[in-house]
Amino acid sequence: MTTTNIPVVKGPSSGSYFDWRSWLFWFLMAVWSIPLLWLVSMSLRFNEDILSRFEVIPSRISFRGYTEFFTDPLWYGSFINSLSYTTMNMVLSVAVALPAAYAFSRYTFSGDKHLFFWLLTNRMAPAAVFLLPFYQMYQAVGLFDTTYAVALAHMLFNVPLAVWILEGFMSGVPKQLDEIAEIDGYKFGRFFLTIFIPMIRAGIGVTMFFTFMFSWVELLIARTLTGPAAMPLAVQMSTTSTAAGLDWALLSAAGVIAIVPGVIVIWFVRNYIAKGFALGRV
Amino acid sequence: MLAKRKNNRAWLLVLPVVIVVAFTAIIPIMTVANYSVQDVFSPTNRLYMGLDFFRQIATDPAIVDAFMRNLTFSTQILLIEIPLGIFIARLMPREGWKAAAALVIVAIPLVIPWNVVGVTWRILARPDVGLLGVGINQFRPFDIGNTPADAWFTMVAMDVWHWTPLVTLLVYAGLRSIPQAYYQAASIDAASPWSVFRFVELPKLRRVLMIALLLRFMDSFMIYAEPYILTGGGPGTSTQVMSILLSVLAVIQFDLGKAAAFSLIYFLFIQVFSFVFFTVLTLDERPGPTKASAKKQKVREREIRATATEGGNS
Repeated sequence: MTTTNIPVVKGPSSGSYFDWRSWLFWFLMAVWSIPLLWLVSMSLRFNEDILSRFEVIPSRISFRGYTEFFTDPLWYGSFINSLSYTTMNMVLSVAVALPAAYAFSRYTFSGDKHLFFWLLTNRMAPAAVFLLPFYQMYQAVGLFDTTYAVALAHMLFNVPLAVWILEGFMSGVPKQLDEIAEIDGYKFGRFFLTIFIPMIRAGIGVTMFFTFMFSWVELLIARTLTGPAAMPLAVQMSTTSTAAGLDWALLSAAGVIAIVPGVIVIWFVRNYIAKGFALGRV
Repeated sequence: MLAKRKNNRAWLLVLPVVIVVAFTAIIPIMTVANYSVQDVFSPTNRLYMGLDFFRQIATDPAIVDAFMRNLTFSTQILLIEIPLGIFIARLMPREGWKAAAALVIVAIPLVIPWNVVGVTWRILARPDVGLLGVGINQFRPFDIGNTPADAWFTMVAMDVWHWTPLVTLLVYAGLRSIPQAYYQAASIDAASPWSVFRFVELPKLRRVLMIALLLRFMDSFMIYAEPYILTGGGPGTSTQVMSILLSVLAVIQFDLGKAAAFSLIYFLFIQVFSFVFFTVLTLDERPGPTKASAKKQKVREREIRATATEGGNS
């Protein structure tokens, strides 16, 4: 990429005394945030207010949704379930993908291109196709309704993703490094663990964030593979109807809580975000 | 850069991934293929059906309708999201803390769990208490639960809100990689903003736009959680897309053969599409003077020549 340090003419976004582009952008972002602000506002209101009158700014505020979320074992339990399978999945996916990504970035071998493409297609397969076999497979091996089942099943799309992102980062490390290490008498295992992995730790971080994210947002597989014992937050949220109808405040509070991990994640990966999502949503 | 070494022992490093994906992808797909050709009454009692299930699928109006719904939906959201994404990306600040803040804010919809997107819009579109529902109700009657057109509108609006940021981010990344020299050349030529966009930016964005287009098409073709939470596919079957229909067939009606045949066709469709996707993506990366790189070279030469003559004239 060429970079010039002469700031003679900048990109199209600067140069005029009234920066209407900037104003328009922040205005659009304000419009974009309306649905989320509405969700937050709903989570802070009383259920009887929600159903009885329409108001943009709540006249009185209640934190009942949030307190109920963190005191009801069904709710915080489902939050913990979700966290536990996403974490397991993240660790497993990255561990399995590391050597494979190294192989793809350093060597050519018989069928490498086909294998890479085949991995990629799994990332693109519709989850709905796998429902039936997953359901039967995990029931047959006795893992149905455990967080392990979801963690393993999500490897379907997260392993290819991890291989792809890691391969990109590894290809950025000069191959001379491997050869010098070899000349210096490093065995492959020691070289890989003590020299190579520390060098691509940024890439590993980015990969972990994205595998976490895509496991966190998935609903269909998680719903199919769990029952009452390992119910994820996403599923718990779709079972909020009581005799009195939906508990809107609690549902909104759960929604706000479910967004928090993602928002934390994007701050860390903001520089890699376009690439991660391009690959991640394949 | 050194060339990659040929070494078939690299297969040992790839082996864990192959095993994992075999268990999570190949075996399930084989099970599906197995179910699609036989009617299973019990583990010991099954009847070979041949291609009967596939014939049923091709003529089932519910499935054909769902397919058409997916196509309409994909076309509509692409027509909105691609131009809107380009528009927003060109407005985004490029430098300083504002650029970082803008990136994070734009990306927020992408990291929301898909069911929460559904819940958010369900709350927003309630005709009695939701901001959008009540807002539209001021002008014309709006009822997402009973009027198919309203449910469809909300589904499209929700997808635009959810996924336009992806297009924006990709285009933004593409814009950032355009060298300043191009803009300088354009400003020397006194190019209008429109011709800067048309002749400088758009050709450079070809690749990211291709990615955005294909990603959005495939994603919208597999959409499940958002419309499922929003309306459950209703009212009636007006927003019942293929994934929703398939999950009903497979898990609720437990119609194994039909669901399996449907799955296979669905799967193959996406596979063919991803093949096209992969080919397009790697077109520029192939070694040697490919058509694309030769063309690029020619364009570059022409640009240099053009800049030189322009400079001489003025």
